[in-house]
Formats: sequence, structure tokens, C-alpha cells
Amino acid sequence: MCLGLPGKVIKIEAKTCLAEILGVSKEISIELLKDVSVGDYILIHAGCALQKLDEEEALKTIELYKELKAIANA
Amino acid sequence: MPNYIDEFRNSQAAQKMGNILSNYKGPLVSIMEVCGTHTMSIFKYGIRELLPPEIKLISGPGCPVCVTPSFYINAAIELSNKKDVIIATFGDLMRVPGGKSSLLKQKSEGKDIRVVYSPLDSLEIARENPNKKVVFLSIGFETTTPIEALSVLKAKEEGITNFSLLCANKTMPEALKVLTVDKDVSLDGYLYPGHVSAIIGIALYEEMASVYGIPGIVTGFEPLDILYAIITLVSNINSKKIVVENQYSRIVAKEGNQIALSKMYEVFEPCDAVWRGIGNIPLSGQKMRNKYSEFDAWELFKDLPLQEKEAVGCLCGEILKGKRTPKECKLFSGICTPENPVGACMVSSEGTCAAYYKWGT
Amino acid sequence: MTDNKITLAYGSGGKLTHDLINNIFLKHFSNDVLLQGNDAAEFELPVGRIAFTTDSFVVSPIFFKGGDIGKLAVCGTVNDLAASGAKPLYLSCGFILEEGLPIEELERIAASMGETATKCGVKIVTGDTKVVQKGAADKIFINTAGIGIITEGIQISGSKAVPGDKVIITGNIGEHGCSILVEREKLNLVSKIESDCAPLNKVVEDVLEVTKEVHVLRDPTRGGLATTLNEIAAQSNVGIKLFEDKIPISDEVRGICELLGLDPLYMANEGKMIIICPEIAVAAIMKALKSNQLSKNSAVIGEVFEAPAKRVMIKTVTGGSRIVDMLVGDQLPRIC
Repeated sequence: MCLGLPGKVIKIEAKTCLAEILGVSKEISIELLKDVSVGDYILIHAGCALQKLDEEEALKTIELYKELKAIANA
Repeated sequence: MPNYIDEFRNSQAAQKMGNILSNYKGPLVSIMEVCGTHTMSIFKYGIRELLPPEIKLISGPGCPVCVTPSFYINAAIELSNKKDVIIATFGDLMRVPGGKSSLLKQKSEGKDIRVVYSPLDSLEIARENPNKKVVFLSIGFETTTPIEALSVLKAKEEGITNFSLLCANKTMPEALKVLTVDKDVSLDGYLYPGHVSAIIGIALYEEMASVYGIPGIVTGFEPLDILYAIITLVSNINSKKIVVENQYSRIVAKEGNQIALSKMYEVFEPCDAVWRGIGNIPLSGQKMRNKYSEFDAWELFKDLPLQEKEAVGCLCGEILKGKRTPKECKLFSGICTPENPVGACMVSSEGTCAAYYKWGT
Repeated sequence: MTDNKITLAYGSGGKLTHDLINNIFLKHFSNDVLLQGNDAAEFELPVGRIAFTTDSFVVSPIFFKGGDIGKLAVCGTVNDLAASGAKPLYLSCGFILEEGLPIEELERIAASMGETATKCGVKIVTGDTKVVQKGAADKIFINTAGIGIITEGIQISGSKAVPGDKVIITGNIGEHGCSILVEREKLNLVSKIESDCAPLNKVVEDVLEVTKEVHVLRDPTRGGLATTLNEIAAQSNVGIKLFEDKIPISDEVRGICELLGLDPLYMANEGKMIIICPEIAVAAIMKALKSNQLSKNSAVIGEVFEAPAKRVMIKTVTGGSRIVDMLVGDQLPRIC
């Protein structure tokens, strides 16, 4: 019940946005979030944006997974 | 340009993590994931194959579809028999068997049953069909329930009178506590559901750690997320670090999504709920508040089938907790098969019993 | 013809039926054999083993991005013949039309079939038309049967895969299935996705020209790559292992499948061929494939093993494998 994917906001209307995932765009409700802007990444589940993706955290996580320094000794 | 999907499926990093796990020779640890989507992801990426026998990964009761009881499907089928009703549902529910039939079979007999991608799409069906009553089959945990709440709030705002939800929504906290306090269940740690957490935040898990002494990791759904979380959790368990780590910080904020929560609490309130194959877990469900009863299909349509007795002998509850195996259940492979499943473990194609039936593992 | 919709009278065998045949079918399928105008088409066949196949087409919607039910019918039958290692020669086609079908749509479909047949070098030589009352069919159903001659020295069969063989796919997977789903279910997705509907007889011809060492050919239509490979694994009593990172797939197909919770391995393909061949033949086959526009994204995606027999596995990005089972019923969008 948690199938959700990050999509990039490419257009904003009042209550919805057009979000792009891997070359496909869909109209998504943004009524469960505030301050969504074009260029944001949002978590999409069942036609709705549930959270904004924190790009800084995402990049940190990507780095963490690549380096594996923290767990190399575990 | 990152898409924040493929970066978390990087093959090199995944194989490095897989090797770390395969080479683990420490003490036996038991960890549980409680999200159906985690179960799917673990299956999809062949993650079990990478785990050594010393790491036991249990699939808990986290699939809202699988734990939906028979009588709910029977109620939906009965509604679909009414000529002025359109049933709108997530695809997941179509194949779940009720007592004698399924929504898919009913659809093939001409009943107006439509698969939708979002509860908001079912509201659109209601707008387009003012002479019909549209009933959306409302299931899910805290990830999905706020969206269902939103559809009710929008219906009220727009004055839509032919729309209702048939609710079987459930929540995580009580189920988690039931699993945790069971003395027979040896659980060393949890992989917490990343998207439920995006809504409810992580305070509950901190309670699980401080009150019950069980560590956990808030985990995303990509293979790197899951592998890294398992490695970290095993390490924390062994070094007795009873903490909750948020490994899905790119999506999960400590306080969750307050807007979504407030809409969910506005429309729904806690109630007791029956989990297929497990039975009643107090206060583990959500029902519509009285002030929205005009959107509550249980209120609008009287005489719908209610709870029947659970089949005697179903060991789903024990299997979901990792206490028993499918082979030990007397119903397994006799009365209970993938075509005629009794409990949740057989309903989902990735459920413990279904997987065992098909592949013997 | 002055009507703009098909009525029951068009199927009665009288003047209207003849008008339909002349103004639409003969006009667009025109060839010397068809114009004989008898109850059965008469022609001579070159000497050799004959391949014979039939298929019925009921797709909805009947017009879609990348094709229509008519093009699908011709390509489907041509491809089945090609998958036997045969040169397709003659097609029959039977139409069942629903009362009320706009004649303009029928003409569009016939034109598309004629054009596709010409492109493939096949002749539609005989046919039949029936009209049923409204509700008894979904706009138009087409049955095609086809005859071809199998190239000398070719022995292709689903039972001929052996351990050590390699598995090739001639391009991106899942395009037809995804594009039909998006249009039919009105999913309001904005995407460049198009059906990959295409005739593959020339592609197969090019391959068989460079080597006769081909064990299995099959087009992964309904049920997708996964279902077809399961069929082959069972027929040949072998195991097949796929490598996820080698399977060619477009972003559009990935996006649609990820969003809806679908598996691209099960989405239909109408312009792709599976080729199973010994390792020694791979280089020559890949060279031939890459030089054809329809197969330029070909890739070696798997291998045949002795065990586990009758099973298909896929090695994923993690290095761990999962079983790829046969599809039961249609895939449905999910949230879990």
C-alpha cells in the first residue's frame, strides 16, 4: 500500500500539478502539501503528492550508499 | 540529472552491500518488515537470496489488501449487484476471494466494477454519473487513508451526494505493539515502512525503542535502501544500540505530514478491526466519523454482510509473526490454496504461504 | 455506398455486401489472386515445408498510437509465420463487424491492412465478412490465417532450446501493452508511448541469411516476454536465466509501469522477436539485427540452462535472483 515514486513538478495549477516520472507525466493532487513549486520533486502515491523530496538529503544518501564507509567495518 | 530513482538502484553499490550481507557470520538476528510494498520489493530484487541463514527476515502483516477480511469482499460484491451502484476500487482488491466469488469474477459477469488509480478518480466517476451511486472500496494504511479522506472532504465541499466509501482502513501502531509484546515472537528489530512514516512521522518508533527495547530503521523501497537498512539494523542489534534511525530522510520528516494527518483525523476515527487470518486487533482500524456518515457506505447501505467467524485452524497470525511455518498449518494446501485462500498469507502472491505453495521456500 | 454506418444488410450477401467488398476490400487489398473472385483462392506454392497459422484480433481501442487492429492483424500473422522460419506468402482475413460501425473506420482499417501487406510482400487473397447486431461484437473482430514456405535447412521450434544457448530480444519491451493500457483505461498519462506493432519477416530473413543456427523464434505478444519464455522453457524442458540490466526498455515503459505497479516483463510486444541460438551464432545474428531499423536495439538478455527445468529466473541489479512466473490473467494497476 506504499507504492510511491518521486516525480518532478513541471507545471502547477491551483490544486494539482503536472509531475514527470521517467518521461511520463501525470496530473497529481497537491492538496496534502503546501508551497509546492515547479522544479520540486514530490513523492507520488495513488494520484496524490504526499511529501516533498529533500534533495540535499537525497544526495547525502546517494553518497552514503556509494561510499559505504560507515558500514565497511561493521 | 538525477531522477532519485535509479541512483538508489545502482548495481555496483547493491552488489557490494549484498556481499557484506552474504559474508555476515555474527549471531542470529530476527528482523521484521511490516509493509506489503517492502515484501514486494524484497521479492522483486531477489534480496532474500543474499541473506545468510544468520539473518532471519520475517514478512509481517503489512499488506492492507491481504489482511482485508472475506466479509468485506462479500459486502463489496453485494453492492455491485445493485443496478444503480458503480464500484470503484484499487486493482489490488480485484482478485482477493470472498466467500464464493471475487470482484474480478463479478466484473466478468457484467457488474459495473471499475479499477481506479486514485480515490480521486472515483470522485470523478461520481461527478460523471449523477444517477448512479459510486462506492469506493477504501483500504490502506496511513499512506493511503489521507487521500481517501481528501476525496470525502472534496465531495462535501462540492455538494456531491452520490459518493461513498466502504471502509476497511487500518493503522500500524496497534498491530506493531501486538507483535512486539508477544513473548513467543523473537524479534530483534524492525524495518519500518517508509511511506507510512512519511505521513505519521517517527515518534511511534521511538516509543517502540524506548518502551519495548526494539531498534528499527525507517526504510525506503529501493534495493539500496533495503540492503543498507538491513546491514545497519543488524549492526545496531549486535552492538545493542536501541535506536531508531531514519534511513529514508529524503522523504520522511520527523513530524510526518501534518496536513495529511489533520485531514485523516477530520474524516476518520479509530475503531476495532478484523485482520484476515489474525482476528480482531483493538483500535487498529479507521472508520468514518458520524459527521461524514452521508459518505459512509456501511451507513448508507444496510444489511451488508458483517464479520463471520475466522476459519478454525488458520495459522496466519502465527505465521505472520514468524512463530510457525506454512507446513505446520492443517489448512495449508488442502482447504487453503492460492485459488481459495483462507488467510492473508495465502492471498498475496508474495505472502509466506503463497510463496511456499508455489516454490517450496 | 451512401450510408455512413454498417447495417445488418451489409452482411446479407446481397448488393450491399458486394459493394462493401468492391469499394473497400478489393480496393485496398488488390492483387491478382484476390481478383479471381471465386469462393476459394487458387495459387501454386513453391516446393517446401508449409507453415500455416491463424489468429483472431479483438483489441480495444481499434485505433491506437502506432497502429490499428488491421495493421495488428497482418503483422501478427506475418510474425507467426516468420517465427517458424517461413517466408510469409498469402493471408486470408475474416471480418465480424458490429452493426453501427462507421464505414469510414472500416475503410481506414482496410487501407492500413493493404499498406502493411504490401510492405511485407504478402497478398491477402481471400476473405469473408459478417455483420452482427449491435452489442454482439465490439466494433470489429478480425481473423487472419497465413501460409508461408519454410526456408530450406531451417528447423525452428519452441522445443529446441538447449543448455548453453543465448537468448536475444530484438528491441525494447512492453511498448504495445503499455500504450494500449494507457489509451484504453483513459489513464490521463502524458507520454510519447506508442505501440511497436511491426512486421518482422524481413528481420528474420536477414538473420536466417547469415546463419541457420537458430533454435527458437517467437514473438512475445500477450503475456509479454515472461510468459513466452516460460512457454519455451516448458516446451524445451530447460531453465532460462535473464539479466535485468541487459533487457532493453524505454523510459516511457519504465515510467508507466513504475507508476502503476506493473511489470514490463508481462506487457505485450507486437514488433519484437525472441531469438534463441547457440553462442557461436550470436555475433553474426546481432550484426544482422543491428543493421535493421526495426531491430536496432537488439540485445543478448539471457542464457539457457539445464536446471531449474521449466523455470525462468532473472538476475536483478542486486545480484540476487527471483523467479519469473507465467502470468495468470491480466496485470492490474496496484497501490501495494
